[in-house]
Amino acid sequence: MEPHRPETPHTPPPSLWPVGFAVGVAVLLLGLIVGWGIVLLGALLTVGFGFLWVRDVVEGTPTAPAAPEPPPPQGIGAAPVPARQAEAALPAMDEEEIHRYPRNVFLEGATLGLGALIGGIVTVPALGFAVLPAFVDQEPQGSDLGPLENFPEGEWRVATFLEDPEHGEVSRRTAFVRHNGDLNGVPSFTIISNRCAHLGCPTQPQGSLNEEDSEEIEVEHGTVTLIPTNPSGFTCPCHGGAYSIEGNRTAGPPVRALDRYEFSIRDGHLWIGKAYSVGEVEGEGKDARIKKYHRFYPGEHVDGIQQILYPFPAPNL
Amino acid sequence: MARRPPSLLRRIVNYPLDWIEERSGLIGGVRYFLFRKVPHDTNWAHTLGSATLTAFIVQALTGAILAMYYRPDPGTAYESIQKITNELTLGWLVRGMHRWGASVFIILMFLHMGRVFLYGAYKYPRELNWVIGVLLLVLGLFEGLTGYLLPYDQTGYWATVVAININGTAPILGPFLVNLLNGGADFGPETLSRFYALHMLLVPGAIFALIGLHLYLVIRLGVSSPPWSDRPAGDAMPLPPPSRDGARAGLVRPGARRRVRS
Ligand code: HEM
Ligand code: FES
Repeated sequence: MEPHRPETPHTPPPSLWPVGFAVGVAVLLLGLIVGWGIVLLGALLTVGFGFLWVRDVVEGTPTAPAAPEPPPPQGIGAAPVPARQAEAALPAMDEEEIHRYPRNVFLEGATLGLGALIGGIVTVPALGFAVLPAFVDQEPQGSDLGPLENFPEGEWRVATFLEDPEHGEVSRRTAFVRHNGDLNGVPSFTIISNRCAHLGCPTQPQGSLNEEDSEEIEVEHGTVTLIPTNPSGFTCPCHGGAYSIEGNRTAGPPVRALDRYEFSIRDGHLWIGKAYSVGEVEGEGKDARIKKYHRFYPGEHVDGIQQILYPFPAPNL
Repeated sequence: MARRPPSLLRRIVNYPLDWIEERSGLIGGVRYFLFRKVPHDTNWAHTLGSATLTAFIVQALTGAILAMYYRPDPGTAYESIQKITNELTLGWLVRGMHRWGASVFIILMFLHMGRVFLYGAYKYPRELNWVIGVLLLVLGLFEGLTGYLLPYDQTGYWATVVAININGTAPILGPFLVNLLNGGADFGPETLSRFYALHMLLVPGAIFALIGLHLYLVIRLGVSSPPWSDRPAGDAMPLPPPSRDGARAGLVRPGARRRVRS
């Protein structure tokens, strides 16, 4: 095994095009925040300079030497051929015909083609199985938080419940629940998810937790725990994110307000529903005005200019 | 001058080696690998790559043994780790080796990368090996991430939640990455088994294959001499001509101790 090491490196000559290319990429990224026009400009710069760069690289590098000329065919009536070259003495056959589609080319194509087909038949479903289940049926079905009597008007409860009973304890989630009194004859609730809008740590109520009075309620799917509390806001232990009592960000790195849950009242029980994201809550309690967004993951902006960074929420197939 | 026949001990050692060599050429291959030429002025910094390799092998072995007792299920994972640490004979040692070894592996990767960088050993014709090295680095770090969840304690759990959500903040693809890593919209039972499969099958397999490529290129291109070297790359210390005494295939290099210094 002799390493092939020519004296001169096959590296492209120095060139300024990569700089232009990098500037193009930077403009493109900037455009994602500023606006589509800038994105277009960036894309044009990137493609243009990229092309010039590639052209330089390709032209500056010597290509492989041309294949040697095939030996001239043996004409009829030429000098007698030695036995080792007997194939030249086979019955005359048109050169073209021999070269047009030899069997080895067919076999090569067939092997590669069949191999690719079989490979594809095996890999595509396997890859699909690795990826797709994470995007199918991801909407939680809602959970029972127990009888309404456990939520006295105007008071907060830290509620933990199983989001998906089939998944067991690992799907236990925490929400801050407050009964706001009646709105148009139906009870109104504020239900705030404890998942920090920065990177998902569990936020804590800012104020005393009344653990002695905590309750465990058996509902159809698992145990719900309720701990009375009287918070002045919510804070996150991880990086110091802080939220107001309505879940609006007041300090720290979070990018939006805390997520909320929809709710419904069924047979005198409070049911927690789909979670949704909130940019900022206006007003308080039952008078709060909220623009609902699809549930985004922590750290993703739902409004403002940075929202264009997250044009597609994860699909739920 | 008549040669003395090799001693009985030599023949006993060499017979099986010769047998294998004759049928596979493997011994010659190993010999080629071990006794290939390296620049005369290599130094301790050049051992960092092999040190990284050793750390990886230790991780692979201790990991496989831990997998005999570990249970990747949200209900039992934490318990099984407690059992490994506190109850099973020598479990604390193997788990400790794997846990501390993980940091050693990553630190060594960075040191090795630093040596390659400072010596300019990434330059032509070794750029591709640098690229493979970067892939190894990323996969190594991913091993660290996926392994950290497995004890299923509070630190591991929340560190993983935060790490997954950091991925979620990537522009455009972020939300998709979260679902892929979680195995669903939220952290769930799938997350643990998925991290386990990645941690002990997929990623180590890829690392193993890439290390093979990495070493192939190291052997093919030779190790580069340090930037201050006064000799051309690949210039080795002269060896005496191989003597035929001893094994044709022997791993024991005959006359190794009689090496002449030039
Ligand atoms: C699993 C991790 C890795 C293993 C087991 C490994 C192993 C090795 C070994 C045994 C060598 C022989 C020379 C020496 O020891 O210095 C080597 C050389 C090299 N490695 Fe790595 N390596 C790893 C990661 C990396 C990383 C992260 C980089 C850089 C991004 C890298 C880049 C290189 C280059 C460019 C060489 C050639 C250096 C020369 O010929 O002087 N490797 N590697
Ligand atoms: S996760 Fe809450 S502040 Fe960072």
